[in-house]
Amino acid sequence: MSGLESPAARTLAPVATPLVRGASRARTARSADAIEAARLALLRDLQLAFRKRSQLIQPLAFFAMVTLLFPLAVSPELSRLRELAPGVLWVGALLASLLALEFLFRDDACDGTLEQYALSGQPLTALMFAKTLAHWLLTGLPLALMAPLVALSLGVGPAALPGIVAAIAVGSVTLSLIGSIGASLTLGIKRSGALLSLLTLPLSLPVLIFGARATQLAIHGAPYGAPLELLGALAMLGITLAPLAAAAAVRISLE
Amino acid sequence: MAWTWFHRLASPPHVYALAARLTPWFAWPAALCIAAGLWGGLVLAPPDYQQGDGFRILYVHAPSAWMSLMVYMTMAIAAAIGLIWRMKVAHAVAASCAPIGASFTFAALVTGALWGEPMWGTYWEWDPRLTSELVLLFLYLGYMGLRAGIEDPQRADRASAVLAIVGVVNVPIIHYSVTWWNSLHQAPSVMRLAKPAMPFVMVAPLLLMLLGFTLLFVALLLTRLRSEVLARERSASWIREVVSA
Repeated sequence: MSGLESPAARTLAPVATPLVRGASRARTARSADAIEAARLALLRDLQLAFRKRSQLIQPLAFFAMVTLLFPLAVSPELSRLRELAPGVLWVGALLASLLALEFLFRDDACDGTLEQYALSGQPLTALMFAKTLAHWLLTGLPLALMAPLVALSLGVGPAALPGIVAAIAVGSVTLSLIGSIGASLTLGIKRSGALLSLLTLPLSLPVLIFGARATQLAIHGAPYGAPLELLGALAMLGITLAPLAAAAAVRISLE
Repeated sequence: MAWTWFHRLASPPHVYALAARLTPWFAWPAALCIAAGLWGGLVLAPPDYQQGDGFRILYVHAPSAWMSLMVYMTMAIAAAIGLIWRMKVAHAVAASCAPIGASFTFAALVTGALWGEPMWGTYWEWDPRLTSELVLLFLYLGYMGLRAGIEDPQRADRASAVLAIVGVVNVPIIHYSVTWWNSLHQAPSVMRLAKPAMPFVMVAPLLLMLLGFTLLFVALLLTRLRSEVLARERSASWIREVVSA
């Protein structure tokens, strides 16, 4: 491409123009192909997940189970539980999404799908983004939708629920993206569960901080826009950078 | 032409010899600076008017905390060079940095906790800087864990390089979010050392210690780098010549 901008190419401009046009058309076709490939990868992951429903339910059951521990361990008084609710909700959601990370790449790495993705000629970054999006739709979003149930059981008033759902829905996007980096780096390591949590949890702390803050403000009836926007900013940063890192890590694991 | 010195850095035998030659040039100045800094800090500097002699741990704590970040930056830059130009020696540098950086981070945490006991009345305060330091220790542990977990050394190099770069992007985000979190939860009641107000006799040993710790890091890095190169090249023929010589 850059060769066309050299002086020699400029003198050949009339000849080169159709070439350039052809190239730009080819480029649009390529990016359309990439989007189509990403869409198909997303649909494939969703379809596969719905065939193994127990895997979908496990993180949700784990989330409910972790919540149950707190009234038993701390105190059944709703006033005290309400104070703990942001922490319980976020630690529960964080651990549940960490638990679900194992399903993100493991089967595809075992049966060679990831290898085919890397060889397909489509940008691996787009495919990784599609896989991460599927993971969020299958774990992050259900966790956010289940959060009101958990929050009500901890004595949180119904007025706070929209804020809690929004915070967990936005925050879990970043958790899935960070998780995709960790999961792709640990591909091929046997029994990588503890290592995976050591890699992803420190990187997830900003999400935990802003998410718990937004939840706390929502519970107290205060405006929670600012931390929610920061969560959105983290998600945007993650969407732009994390698929690149995950694609690089997958390529390294396939070498 | 002018770049030959750079290209030669990619050659393990050259780097091995260079590291051996350079080590004393960093180790002795480091020893001198640290000895002078300790003398200045522990003997010459007057006791602080609020903290008494307790503040003297600053002369180990602050340089350790400073090095913990600097070593992480060095590690990430070396890892990026290794990843981009596929330079094996750069990966060896990154691998040698991690344990040194983790040790400095651990030293900063321990001295911070020991300092906290007389000053705050507790060994552990969820102070933003101590908390960030703790997170940094976990980042180092994760890096070393990933490196140890992957059996193929080249894959370990490249995967841990990606992790180091991801970590470097995240370190400022983590630091600022932890600072923001802390400012919400407690007023800054903790005594702070106002740096510009410190008299010269207190600042000069601190600067000497900073310089000494930086030199110490380079000397340690060069020594670790030599053993790392030896371990990586153990089947190469030049090793036999070096060992038998």
